[in-house]
Amino acid sequence: MADVRVGVDVGGTNTDAVVMAGRRLLGWAKTPTTADVTGGILSGVREALARAETTPAAVRAVMIGTTHFTNAVVERRRLEPTAAVRLGLPATASVPPFADWPADLRDAIDGRGYLAHGGYEYDGREIAPLDEAELRDIARQIRRQGATALAICAVFSPIRADLEWRAAAILQEGLPDVRVSLSHEIGRLGLLERENACILNACLSGLAATTVTAIVAALHEMALDAAVYLSQNDGTLMSAEFARRYPVLTFASGPTNSMRGAAYLSGLRDAIVIDVGGTTADVGALVGGFPREASLAVEVGGVRTNFRMPDLLTLGLGGGSLVRPGVAGTPPTIGPDSVGYRLTDRAIVFGGHDLTATDVAVATGLAALGDPARLSPDQRALAPAAIAEVRRRLAEAIDQVKTSAAEVPVVLVGGGSILVDGALPGASTAIRPDHFEVANAIGAAIGQVSGEVDQVHSLDETSRDDLIARARDDAAARAVAAGADPDTVEVVDAEDVPLAYLPGSATRVHVKVVGALRAASGELQENLARSSPLATRNWSTDVGD
Amino acid sequence: MWEIDADVLESVSLGAGILGTGGGGNPYVAKIWARGELERGARFRILDPTEVPDDAWIVGSGGIGAPTVSVEKLRRGDEEYRALRVLEEHLGVRFDGVVPMEVGGGNSIRPLIAAAQAGIPTVDADGMGRAFPELQMVTFFIYGVPPCPAAIADDKGEEAVFTAAPSPQRLERLARVLVVEMGGTAGMAFAPMRGTDLKRTAIPRTLSVARDVGHAVRAARARNADPVEALLAATGGSLLLVGKIVDVERRTGGGFARGTLRLVGSGPYGGEMRIDFQNENLVAYADGAPIATVPDLICVVSTDAAEPITTELLRYGQRVAVVGIRCHPLLATPEALAVVGPGAFGYDVAYRPLDPGGPLPWTALA
Repeated sequence: MADVRVGVDVGGTNTDAVVMAGRRLLGWAKTPTTADVTGGILSGVREALARAETTPAAVRAVMIGTTHFTNAVVERRRLEPTAAVRLGLPATASVPPFADWPADLRDAIDGRGYLAHGGYEYDGREIAPLDEAELRDIARQIRRQGATALAICAVFSPIRADLEWRAAAILQEGLPDVRVSLSHEIGRLGLLERENACILNACLSGLAATTVTAIVAALHEMALDAAVYLSQNDGTLMSAEFARRYPVLTFASGPTNSMRGAAYLSGLRDAIVIDVGGTTADVGALVGGFPREASLAVEVGGVRTNFRMPDLLTLGLGGGSLVRPGVAGTPPTIGPDSVGYRLTDRAIVFGGHDLTATDVAVATGLAALGDPARLSPDQRALAPAAIAEVRRRLAEAIDQVKTSAAEVPVVLVGGGSILVDGALPGASTAIRPDHFEVANAIGAAIGQVSGEVDQVHSLDETSRDDLIARARDDAAARAVAAGADPDTVEVVDAEDVPLAYLPGSATRVHVKVVGALRAASGELQENLARSSPLATRNWSTDVGD
Repeated sequence: MWEIDADVLESVSLGAGILGTGGGGNPYVAKIWARGELERGARFRILDPTEVPDDAWIVGSGGIGAPTVSVEKLRRGDEEYRALRVLEEHLGVRFDGVVPMEVGGGNSIRPLIAAAQAGIPTVDADGMGRAFPELQMVTFFIYGVPPCPAAIADDKGEEAVFTAAPSPQRLERLARVLVVEMGGTAGMAFAPMRGTDLKRTAIPRTLSVARDVGHAVRAARARNADPVEALLAATGGSLLLVGKIVDVERRTGGGFARGTLRLVGSGPYGGEMRIDFQNENLVAYADGAPIATVPDLICVVSTDAAEPITTELLRYGQRVAVVGIRCHPLLATPEALAVVGPGAFGYDVAYRPLDPGGPLPWTALA
């Protein structure tokens, strides 16, 4: 077995693990998520390996997608006291760091902002030189504050990063034990949003160090000598070492993995993906095998950021959603409340007393689960209208998400996707591929490596083609540095937008490339190009997400 | 005299986003800045134009530059204020009030801050009654206030006074070139004028309009009523189409975000519509014929929240309502149409005023 990799998705309820050899799925497992994350990963991986009849020693790489760090921010738990240093004076003083943060989150991290001279203009000129004495004084204040994490953000650092590095070196002399996050590694243009993301990253750095170290140690203890990677929000991988420093990049990796897994399982690179869980359905667009990214600001835990997030429409509609009759001739309602992970004891067909979407799926013959005889005649009579309502809402979501008026193929994944079958309006076809219930773990397993640049240049001295070519080369170099095989690197996104209201033809160039992991390049590319249906069919009753 | 507090600020910035007709940039950063100023004790006092004495000195205020830069290199915080002071020194007068350049995007908010820093009120009026891309399009210049003197100031303490320019168009060009050297954003003070000229040339009570439109939409959202209905009622606007964006075609050039938007849905002009934009929405067509043109306001808002969508964020699949609002009469005169009519933006189309859908929000100073 040349290239065995294990994909893991750590969700709020379940931890899914898959074992894959090239394009073949050898085995999979669904186990409960544990509070320490590591326990659930270990039992999932162990069980999946056993079903795959594979020894831990054969595994070359483990890829993990987790919502652990997002949840820590949302719950305001286990966060570090954090200082933010912005390099931008004399500009930017009008809106200091933490300006629009929820008070409880700022208090939870004892967040304090400091302004220092530095930063760049849009064309790369310095706004002001770095002031070393000023930075040493700030380091002394931060030491008194007791912060253990530090976020550094310079104006226009996505264009030139060197000031952030130099400031980090100076500040670290006075703060040797503080973990440092640099904004240019995390976000794109948009100072407040990038700074916010960098601060979120900094306040997670302690938790990330502990968690990632524990996961890697536990996997190695299991006699797995594999390289460990974590999924990023754009569906590509980062090394465990990088993830220890940049946990914020794992935000939203769950939905991304599920869409990438759907692309892989269906063999489609352009499609609409509907991931139906226990409580919600995420609807998103695959473009060239990757999720389309949101262009608007994304809030995480009440903080405005500009992450590379998949552009998803989330409906309160899942396998555990409660179904109620309509009033005065209106259709039945489905959700938004749900029995969630308690489906297997609260749904009617499983012996409970709540009419759920899964019950009406059973009543209409879409799924064969539990004991259909438990459904009353009234409940059976309601079922067709309820399923029609599910289809209507999904069709509306498809129409909103798709990128052109033409009909598009739809891929259904997730345990709750048993609610729909056959054609949906606006869809050319609707496919529910084999292993749809572990699409997210498969998405983690097939992760690639990316490189990205987002810069502003003048077209006065260079042609547009040269500019894009140079940005492409820079992005490719970044991908290779992150572990990509240079021969497999391809452009997945390239756009140039002229800066409005400015003469001098300044243009913002954004290029993103991806490539296969160096260790396993050939097969991965082949998989993406033409993935075929997998061998075994395995239905699951689990619709918890 | 009335005041803008933190709650009214939310309404004004939402209303100004809607009146921005797709342009003017995102007011988010300016709003957060203004909120911080209020927390630090600033007071945004608003003076009705009728309260401005005829011999008072009023100055136009706003930012000039690229929105892409102003969301990255945030303001130092006194650019508009220093431009105002420099112009005072040059003229040897003290200004008694500030009037915003436009009531769209961040430039509806920044003048409030400059006025508060100078300890003077902001006049409830502006120079565009919406957003436009260039300086010569303010009504002050259209109705004869001379283009100079004007002043700009940047984040590094650099300041400049323009003492002579043959036309507002030349002032716009000269200022724009200097702004590039200043790093892409600057604060500007311009069109210093007496109270008589302000009352003659400014579009009156547009901050009130922005506030009322924002209030109406926020109130509708809060009570789960239709916010687009609320927007129509507050603006006397007519609903041109409710539907979905089916195509956004973008072209580049000339420092403008140009493009064409196609929509399908339903409305009084049929089920299909096309809108041409250059930073702002300029001309809407149905069946190949123009049904609404600049300077009338063509506002594209989300159907569920009446949230304004700036032209750079338009995208396939968005559910939108297109609302047309008849512009203030000061923008519809022959001399105004020569500068802000369809022809000024390169369209071979005559301005045809929209029928109001109800009482218009604009007032006149009789």
